[in-house]
Amino acid sequence: MPNISQTYETLRSSQKFQKRLSVTVRLIIALFLIFFAIFPVLWIISASFSGTQSLSTQTLIPARPSLTNYVYLFGLDPNYKFGDLVYQKWVFNSVKVASISTVLSLSLTTLAAYAFSRLRFKGRVTILKGILLIQVFPNLLALVAIYVLIFQTGEIIPAFGLGTHAGLILVYLGGSMGINIWLMKGFLDTIPRAIDESGMVDGATHFQIFWNLLLPLLRPILVVIGILSFIGTYGDFILARILLRDVNQYTLMVGLQIFTAGQFDQKWGVFAAGALIGALPIMAVYLALQDQIAGGLTAGAVKE
Amino acid sequence: MDRTATQRLKTSSSPEDSPLSKMTRVILIALFDIGAFWFIQNALSKGFGQLVIVISVITVMLNLIFLIPQAYPFRWMAIGLSFLILFTIYPMIFTIYVAFTNYGDGHLLTKEQALPLIEKETYLPETGKSYSWTAFKSASDEYVLWLINPDGETFLAKPNAAIIPAKPGDPGIGEADSKGIPTSIEGYQRLNPLVAATNKELTNIKYGLEGEKAVQVRSPSEAAELEVRYKYDAATDTVIDQSNGNVYLNVDGTFTTKDGKTIKPGFRTEIGFKNFADFATSPALRGPLVQIMTWNFIFPAVTVLSSFALGLAVAIMFNDKDFPLKKLIRSLLLIPYTIPGLISIIMWRGMLNSEFGVINHVLEDLFNWAPRWTTEPFWAKVAILLVNLWLAYPYFMLVSSGALQSIPSDIYEAAKIDGASSWQTFRRITLPLLLVAVGPLLIASFVFNFNNFNLIYLFIQGGPPIVGATTQAGHTDILISYVYKLAFESGGRGVQYGLASAISIVVFFIVGTITLLQYRFTNMWEEVSENA
Repeated sequence: MPNISQTYETLRSSQKFQKRLSVTVRLIIALFLIFFAIFPVLWIISASFSGTQSLSTQTLIPARPSLTNYVYLFGLDPNYKFGDLVYQKWVFNSVKVASISTVLSLSLTTLAAYAFSRLRFKGRVTILKGILLIQVFPNLLALVAIYVLIFQTGEIIPAFGLGTHAGLILVYLGGSMGINIWLMKGFLDTIPRAIDESGMVDGATHFQIFWNLLLPLLRPILVVIGILSFIGTYGDFILARILLRDVNQYTLMVGLQIFTAGQFDQKWGVFAAGALIGALPIMAVYLALQDQIAGGLTAGAVKE
Repeated sequence: MDRTATQRLKTSSSPEDSPLSKMTRVILIALFDIGAFWFIQNALSKGFGQLVIVISVITVMLNLIFLIPQAYPFRWMAIGLSFLILFTIYPMIFTIYVAFTNYGDGHLLTKEQALPLIEKETYLPETGKSYSWTAFKSASDEYVLWLINPDGETFLAKPNAAIIPAKPGDPGIGEADSKGIPTSIEGYQRLNPLVAATNKELTNIKYGLEGEKAVQVRSPSEAAELEVRYKYDAATDTVIDQSNGNVYLNVDGTFTTKDGKTIKPGFRTEIGFKNFADFATSPALRGPLVQIMTWNFIFPAVTVLSSFALGLAVAIMFNDKDFPLKKLIRSLLLIPYTIPGLISIIMWRGMLNSEFGVINHVLEDLFNWAPRWTTEPFWAKVAILLVNLWLAYPYFMLVSSGALQSIPSDIYEAAKIDGASSWQTFRRITLPLLLVAVGPLLIASFVFNFNNFNLIYLFIQGGPPIVGATTQAGHTDILISYVYKLAFESGGRGVQYGLASAISIVVFFIVGTITLLQYRFTNMWEEVSENA
């Protein structure tokens, strides 16, 4: 008997030891991975605070930390500023374009998803499948056509032409009838029909049911899809690059890309500062909402 | 009675059609129609034929949706559908059309726009008279010419009036100077020869009666009876050179003689499968294209496999409820995913800079050697794969850890009891179950990376360039970045919208096939059919 309990004890302690060892090994691996993941970010933070603009002379801990890159970027020193204070304009433009497109595209998506989830009509399945199939043809492949389309529209209504934010927003809206409708419809399908029926009994119209009963329940998914769509638009580069003309109209991504052309290694510090300010809010939102976003992703969306 | 049937009856038409809402709707749609009509009118007058068609289609569709009660469900998606047609379906059709045309540099104009330019060109026929000229200009910017022919006869020429013989001292004409040219003409001021020679406007004006042989300024010393050089014959679709009788045939949007002489500009026209055939026949084009295609498959495949492997490994390693600092580790590992892609890519471009980048500094200190990331094709590809691993593994970490948690734990316990090793457990239980959930996302990620323009373009613009290619193809170019370069970055070789669109269609077919297969193997189709 004591023999058995002794064996049991050694087994347990050896298991404990094994567990501890495995945790330690995994922690060491984690450290390596974390280094891989965040080194570029640390490096860019350091570059933004270094007194030197140049890529070649940068060190991880800035020798003489300074704010000159930020001062230059925001034009705080009148003798030493970045263009005609365009950086602020770029940030403003990005936020403006992304917010407007997000709100409009969310509205279009939600309304359509309601019909797909709650109404039964001829062509419903065809359109749902069609929407998925059309996504296969990425906007990017039709760049020439979109360019010509916006050019021609601008010849008739200049406010929506090339080099306008309105034209760009229109193109972004064109992509809103996509995978998000599936996500939203899927979520709507999980809301019990009994809620609708209770409204119907009271004589509510479809729109009243949608607006008063369902919309409040949709809030969590609206937040996730809204954030993903905002981040997607905020990070878009190619459509904005093709459709916008004037440096004052650029979105942040286009501005940063143009800015890195030419003698990039000599503008590294300022780029770092500009990139950091552009990236930090998005990073914060992602990290704060990572669980919800992960939920939205596994529901079938792919990050763009 | 079956409940869905009643529901179908109830919802198939608009139940809330009060007279007031109906009236508002009719007024709104009428206002929209007025706007659309105005837009279509303008588009017509500017010759934007395709735009007219697509706007008309959308207008008719919206009218039907909002005026027919049975179309009620479509009202919920009317605006979305309009945008879908205008910005997705129409560009698709347009792209397909352009792929069968020669649209591009040298062929940017329509035939209607190109012909007047061609017909503007003039020549001096052998029998044509030539003069030396002096220009006079009125206060209202009208010109007259004083012409002297080789025989010394003098004439006064005005636009849209017969050329009349005139002599200095005639009424309205001043006295002659030493060269026999009048010093003044009533109402006009004599132009300094130097000023006149540089005046572009002068060469465009035709002097003399319309329809007769008009005199045009040809050079600072000569004005002559020029004739239109090219005459277009609509019946045979040919252009005839009046100076030598050469016949130019319309060959793929360029007027060309049998021995290969051409007239510029060319114009837009359908050329059938020529753009597609060029891939197979033109060696300068085929070379880079085969190379680009190959890389276009390797790049997403390696990216998906490597980032899934790393993401899954991380997820399994920390899939342990009481692992210390689990949440913090996960958040830190997620960081690459949270930075806007463009910023990350440019950031890496700086760090991998061959001369000044931090990575090469470290490598040179350690090994006295570092790869040339931007100039050597092999290392450029390695760099791109590394950067994309960094960008993409957090996504798979997220989805894998979600999927891992959904695998019921009693399966693992059963395996343990049966004495399965941890590798066997992973190989036989975890991976197959995981692939069910993550498999479609792997394919979607492959498709996304197949067209990952941002990474390829922003990292080194697809470079380093492939030597000997007729177009600006690079070693790391994928089809989509190649399309972009062809269409928007001529680089002296001219934009080629037609060719770019043709490649777009090839990409569409590849990606479309993969995606269709994906839908086949997932329940997306069934999901929607069940609910129908």
